[in-house]
Amino acid sequence: MTAAGRDIPMARRRSGRERLIGRGLTYLAAVLLALFILVPIYLIAVSAFTPRENAFDFPRSVIPTAVSTDTILFFLNASGVIDAFWRSVAVAIITLVLSLLIGAPAGYAVARYLFRGRGVYRLSVLATRAFPIVILAIPLAVTYRVWGIDDSIIGVALMHTALALPFTVLITSSVFISVPHELEEAAQTLGCNPLQAFLRVSLPLALPGLAAAAIFIWVLSWNDVFAAVILTLRNPTLPAKILTALTQSPIYYQFAAGFVMLVPSLVVIFFIRRYLLGLWGRVVK
Amino acid sequence: MAEIRVERVTKLFKQTRAVDDVSLTVGDGEFMVLLGPSGCGKTTLLRSIAGLEQIDGGRIVIGERDVTDLPPRKRNIAMVFQSYAVFPHMTVFDNIAFGLRMHRASSADITKQVHEAAELLHIDNLLDRFPAQTSGGQRQRIAVARALAMQPQVLLMDEPLSNLDALLRLEARAELKRLLAEIGSTTIYVTHDQVEAMSMGDRVAVMRTGRLVQVADPLTIYDGPVDRFVGGFIGNPPMNFLSAIIERRNGAAVVVLPDVGEVPLEASADLGDHVGPVLLGIRAENVEVRPSPSNGAVRARVLVVEPLGSHNLVTLQIGTEQLKATTRPDERLERDQEVAIVIDAARIRWLDAEHGVALAERDALATDVDHGPPTAEERDAGSTA
Repeated sequence: MTAAGRDIPMARRRSGRERLIGRGLTYLAAVLLALFILVPIYLIAVSAFTPRENAFDFPRSVIPTAVSTDTILFFLNASGVIDAFWRSVAVAIITLVLSLLIGAPAGYAVARYLFRGRGVYRLSVLATRAFPIVILAIPLAVTYRVWGIDDSIIGVALMHTALALPFTVLITSSVFISVPHELEEAAQTLGCNPLQAFLRVSLPLALPGLAAAAIFIWVLSWNDVFAAVILTLRNPTLPAKILTALTQSPIYYQFAAGFVMLVPSLVVIFFIRRYLLGLWGRVVK
Repeated sequence: MAEIRVERVTKLFKQTRAVDDVSLTVGDGEFMVLLGPSGCGKTTLLRSIAGLEQIDGGRIVIGERDVTDLPPRKRNIAMVFQSYAVFPHMTVFDNIAFGLRMHRASSADITKQVHEAAELLHIDNLLDRFPAQTSGGQRQRIAVARALAMQPQVLLMDEPLSNLDALLRLEARAELKRLLAEIGSTTIYVTHDQVEAMSMGDRVAVMRTGRLVQVADPLTIYDGPVDRFVGGFIGNPPMNFLSAIIERRNGAAVVVLPDVGEVPLEASADLGDHVGPVLLGIRAENVEVRPSPSNGAVRARVLVVEPLGSHNLVTLQIGTEQLKATTRPDERLERDQEVAIVIDAARIRWLDAEHGVALAERDALATDVDHGPPTAEERDAGSTA
């Protein structure tokens, strides 16, 4: 018997229409987000390939009518740009390798072992991120001079590693926490010593997390202007070169520089992407 | 196949004695079950034998080799974990082959042994799949196949069936028992489920708070528990324990139940010279219920009748205590009915009233262990419900 004249309110499932609307809104949000990133990239790319005479046209057509590689080529051939480019690549690769070589075992130790000072260590890792680099700038430049690594690739890479390590340790420690310790124990009962268990079981399972960390490290190093400008003079990385050489340049060169800065990161992220997704028997859509 | 000797092993976690001076010998090819409620130390003991825990005292010998200081990979053991610990990033084939590959077996040997192990466990059709594409029951079999492929001297299993659903568990239990009997490896099997322990083990080692309480074959554990804990932990329903007093009249021992009277029983040899309070331990199936009171038999009153299909479980009031008995399913008994009970004297287990220790074993047992009945949590831990 229902209460006379009144329906008892119940939680109801969303109707098909509501779900469609919800799905539609989700897609809309995704599209907007993608556009937020893609539109600037597109504009930069288009502007970089616009012939010089059309550089100051207004209004611009969305689809470019004239395409020219003049600006890009001029930019690339400008003195020191190619060298700076390869220097940036070298610095980023060294930073990646050093950060992971140090950061992954450190994260593993924080995840697996209860050592004295573990809590303090984790806090201090966070604290270094909060430290303003500006204060370090001059003393660092001086110290580098003393050590003889100023204006060098390894010098910049070391600084980048120091900047990237806190992040890396944080990511890798949570990644290794998510790898069940029992898997390593099982490996040990099957003939592995602890190092082999790490390499054969923990590391492969941690790969997606490490790939994410790698992307962060790459972007941090590749984009860094401040440390690069402080620590280099005659051997700048690309961002440093762009900053010093292009401040006074016409805008089309700046677009060209932006484009050249963009492309390697896209390539690297595209490459690392396949490690981000689980590969073992899960359906990847 | 090897004998395992655990000699006075102790393992401490901070201040807690997780394993407390445990000594145990598992014979070559024997299936030994470590049974006890959660926290009793059985898993810690198993992990110590595996080498995953470093012990703080004592020695572990496997096959005449002192392995106490050796890491797991050097002990010639294989282990099956409760969560199976199947490697998700490798195919089923690679999982089973993992141990063999680590030991540098030849490619031909690996293929042969992996297939053999997979066939034994009926998973040879899954070898190309990844664990994520298999069911829980299949993953359990992958874990067992992986251990068996190693052909280890010793097989260690940590509650391998407890993550399976009830029906699957029943089938897997029988299949595992048959398989392991065929292979004949020395096996140590940890479980909190007393039904599993009784059905599978050659011998059962009952543990409580880090101490070994009783080690015996299932029937002895069932009929001859060494103390009130074992009697109450094993068997469903637990063993009845009635408070009684032994009096001597004309040199013969007479059993008296307070508030009830004399119990017409032949005195058992177990009683020895004992006089005074005792605990009378008797299992429900050894208590006969006669529907009407008769001379000489002990009077009782029916409280509850639970029909269980194959038998009825009757709860009776005797004096101030309660007793459980089983009857045939067609026996009609009413609540509050006055009945007579007859206890099978040969099946009585006499316990010391003060400590709860069997009179027959009193000298052999440690007095610093709690021999009292299992707590409610310990009882719950012993069931699979």
